[in-house]
Amino acid sequence: MIPAVLYALVGMGLFALGLFALIVHTHLLRKILAINVMASGVFLVLVALAARTRGAVPDPVPHAMVITGIVVAVSATALALALMLRVSAETGRAELPEEPLE
Amino acid sequence: MPWLHWGVIAIVLPLAGAMSCFLWPRRAIPLGLVTALGIVTCVAGLGWQLVEQGAQRYAVGGWGAPLGIDLYADGLSLLMLMATAAVGLGVSIYSIGYFNREKARYFWPLWMFLWAALNALFLSADIFNLYVTLELLGLAAVALVALAGGAEALTGAMRYLLVSLLGSLFYLLGVALLYHSFGSVDIAILAARVESSPAVWAAVGLISAGLLLKTALFPLHFWLPSTHASAPAPVSALLSALVVKASFYILLRLWLEIFPPTSAVLGQLLALLGATAVLWGGLQALRQTRLKMLIAYSTVAQLGYLFLAFPLASITGWTGALYMLLSHAVAKTAIFMAAGNILYFGGHDRIADLDRVVQRLPLTVTAFALAGASIMGLPPSGGFIAKWLLLEAAIRSGQWWWGGILILGGLLSAAWVFKVVGYAFTRSRAPHESRAVPVGMEWSALAMSMVAILLGLFASWPLALMEIGLPFGGKGAE
Amino acid sequence: MSWDTGMPLLVLASSLLPGLVIFFLPEERIVTRTTLNLAGATLKLALVGVMIWGALYGHHYETRLPILPGLDLVLRADPLSILFVALSSILWLVTTIYAIGYLEGSPNRSRFFGFFSLCVTATVGVALAGNLITFLLFYELLTLVTYPLIVHRGTEVARRAGRTYLIYTIAGGTLLLLGTVWLYTLAGSLDFTARGFLSGLGGAHHTALVIIFVLLIGGLGVKAALIPLHGWLPQAMVAPAPVSALLHAVAVVKAGAFGIMRVVYDVYGIQFAATLGVTLPLAIVAAVTIIYGSMRALFQDDLKRRLAFSTVSQVAYIVLGIAIVGPVATIGGLVHLVHQGVMKITLFFCAGNLAETLGIHKVSEMNGVGRRMPWTMAAFTIGTFGMIGAPPLAGFISKWYLGVGALDGGQGWVVFILAGSSLLNAGYFLPILYAAWFKAPPDSWPAERSFGRRETAWALLAPPVVTALLTLAAGLLASAPFSPLQWARFITTLEYAL
Repeated sequence: MIPAVLYALVGMGLFALGLFALIVHTHLLRKILAINVMASGVFLVLVALAARTRGAVPDPVPHAMVITGIVVAVSATALALALMLRVSAETGRAELPEEPLE
Repeated sequence: MPWLHWGVIAIVLPLAGAMSCFLWPRRAIPLGLVTALGIVTCVAGLGWQLVEQGAQRYAVGGWGAPLGIDLYADGLSLLMLMATAAVGLGVSIYSIGYFNREKARYFWPLWMFLWAALNALFLSADIFNLYVTLELLGLAAVALVALAGGAEALTGAMRYLLVSLLGSLFYLLGVALLYHSFGSVDIAILAARVESSPAVWAAVGLISAGLLLKTALFPLHFWLPSTHASAPAPVSALLSALVVKASFYILLRLWLEIFPPTSAVLGQLLALLGATAVLWGGLQALRQTRLKMLIAYSTVAQLGYLFLAFPLASITGWTGALYMLLSHAVAKTAIFMAAGNILYFGGHDRIADLDRVVQRLPLTVTAFALAGASIMGLPPSGGFIAKWLLLEAAIRSGQWWWGGILILGGLLSAAWVFKVVGYAFTRSRAPHESRAVPVGMEWSALAMSMVAILLGLFASWPLALMEIGLPFGGKGAE
Repeated sequence: MSWDTGMPLLVLASSLLPGLVIFFLPEERIVTRTTLNLAGATLKLALVGVMIWGALYGHHYETRLPILPGLDLVLRADPLSILFVALSSILWLVTTIYAIGYLEGSPNRSRFFGFFSLCVTATVGVALAGNLITFLLFYELLTLVTYPLIVHRGTEVARRAGRTYLIYTIAGGTLLLLGTVWLYTLAGSLDFTARGFLSGLGGAHHTALVIIFVLLIGGLGVKAALIPLHGWLPQAMVAPAPVSALLHAVAVVKAGAFGIMRVVYDVYGIQFAATLGVTLPLAIVAAVTIIYGSMRALFQDDLKRRLAFSTVSQVAYIVLGIAIVGPVATIGGLVHLVHQGVMKITLFFCAGNLAETLGIHKVSEMNGVGRRMPWTMAAFTIGTFGMIGAPPLAGFISKWYLGVGALDGGQGWVVFILAGSSLLNAGYFLPILYAAWFKAPPDSWPAERSFGRRETAWALLAPPVVTALLTLAAGLLASAPFSPLQWARFITTLEYAL
């Protein structure tokens, strides 16, 4: 039980860390990475909490969810990267403007 | 159990449509239109089935919950599906004229994916499946925003993507906590097992935060105006009418079924944010110099209305909020279409210069005005029915101040609608350059606005459909 | 659907459908448009005639459409609605003829006549509304469709007037909505019932009922131009003359006054309203409005502005009659709804004729105009004497019943208001007449148009002459059957269960 909780807490930590990075960094690549770190955090929580009782076979359902989640995360990252390239080609910077463009 | 389930087809059909539009881009328009008609038929069939047999549950592939995936349809889902079908059909017809051949080959597959995601979302019976559909929805929507091209739309799409992913991750973390506590993701099972605990409260907080971000409730609305304003007009319509409503639908569903009954404080908080959104969005809309930005801010305000039902917690209140959602979806589609026509015609959407274009497009202006009447809640329109129900619920529950917000919001909407419509009656010279607007675009805007008005005259049957399966008869009605 | 349920819908459709078709007519299809306009107006008048005849023979005209659980949209022809429907359909026909003449050759006529027809549709809807929510629906619709008429000319002044109009009326509509919803949550019904449906509510609700009364009257008072909600009316006179006629005599102002009648008689019931203590404050507001409107009218040089302030004052007579408890005053208020309409529309037609034919907009330009346009000024003279209340014209009948009713109801002070107001009326109308008939005409008029041997176009001249004759007839034939006075008496017997 202890390691599972530990993993879950680490997952939460990753989530928080990613959120922090997403907010403070301006470069889009860093933002995309931050999102991925957050996603990994959530997946870790899911997998860790699958161990419901010590020594028993872990619950398979969260694993299935994580696999689905990874697929979603990969496609989202691909879209994000493609968009980032277009943004930097169009504006010359891989950043979002502070205020919405007028 | 019938081997053929309308709901399943309503999900599979747009997916197949998306793939075929993608594979045969030259035939994208006819393929897309046939699919759209097919989906409308499916939703009608599902509606008929629900009326005949009551709320439906369907185990996909014969594997029921907790291991398999269930679909569930009641009055609430049906209304959302119908709103989607109505808006979807209108937008499909509108987009024929709007997009050129090059854009159309991207628009149709993405739009069909979006439609599939929406239908799947409204039919999902478990909170993890909701996550998947939410992501599919978000990705399709982001790509559609980017379709406009140009720096404004691309940065808008990028911001939207980051916000959307962030919201989904918050939601997913909440789902993880709920699953850990109760060992299921099925909404019905969770509803039976749920009890108040710190983990549940954390989950409620995370899920709500994620969904509120996606629904753009004040102060999490920062991303919405620029995104909705920079997208192509049909996409703006889809985003404002349907996509933001999808996350609201999830929140409503979970609130009614799963969230602990002691969430009264949270309800008050949501309504407070909603009220701020109504006022702030309304004031910001008035300050805008560009038509599409104005409309986008009005969406922020209109979304605020939906949250006023939470502290009222009565069937009348929920019905009012759902009716508000429905009529706003239709009316806002018409308004964005009208704005799209103006932009198409004159090449700009600066409100101060509108007098050069508005007089030349009487049908578009009529559509704008009729839909505007629904947005500000004048009778006989869908918006009026919604406002009436919410007001009634507010007064009956003794919380008249929420009614005051409704009234103020209506006045603010009236101010911006007439600010724009006023230009239809000024003298002006003809624009130097203009492009004729395809007839289909003008008429589909007008048709959508007529639907918004008819929703007010024939409110009784959508209201009757809402009661199928008593979606509001649960905890929310206490 | 039988004839009896379809009849109110037909009455609505007779102006709605021509209106919708007219929107799509190209500008140059003058004959088609004129035919549609006149056919619609005539058909409506005929249908209303049939409806009155049917109502006398015991037909019960009612249409219901469910709109919300427990709430229907109701259109019904009861004696009070027939009074208003008859007034508006007669005056609509006259105004249509006038508007066709007035707008000849001006741009955007399809749009104008489209909204013109919708405006009358909304007014008839207000008249036939069988409950408060239906009333609210048409009342708001009226706001929307009159706005394009007010801003029709598209000038900056017109747009400003339109904006003021919207601010007032939309705020008013909001108050009305709030009051209506609140009333529904308390009473569970909104159907107009002779002598009201609220008296059964217990004493615990009385405070709420008073607040609701204030909300409803506040919302209706905007259109009825009661002080301090009258600000939009003088500004709205920038609209073309037929629109002013419509606003002041047929549609908007009347819808407000009619709504106050409905609320006092058929929602609260006059006796119950008196028990709540709301009638006296309403009477005082009306009295202040009467005096204030007349005082302001005295100092206006712009003819239409003077007439507008006179409307503020004259419509308040109707409200005064409603607010005084007692059958005689009620008759006075009801009958003035009709009489004021007929008289004021005459005056606005004449003002429009002066502006169109000679370019006269100001009172100070009217010297000797009686010799140039005798028929117009004769009609104007009858209208003004009616307004002052000289016997045997329509206005005299109204004021007589109001005065006697006030004494009857123990409100002696009202007689002084009536006397003072009549003096003021004379003060702002008689100098016009004196100047027009007895002063020497100037060498040239500000902007004269020639109409051959006639003083002005037929379509402009016939309407004021007809309405002036109606003013005369309403006074002279007041005791004949089916006169406005007799109908008002009949309604009063119902409202007081006499």
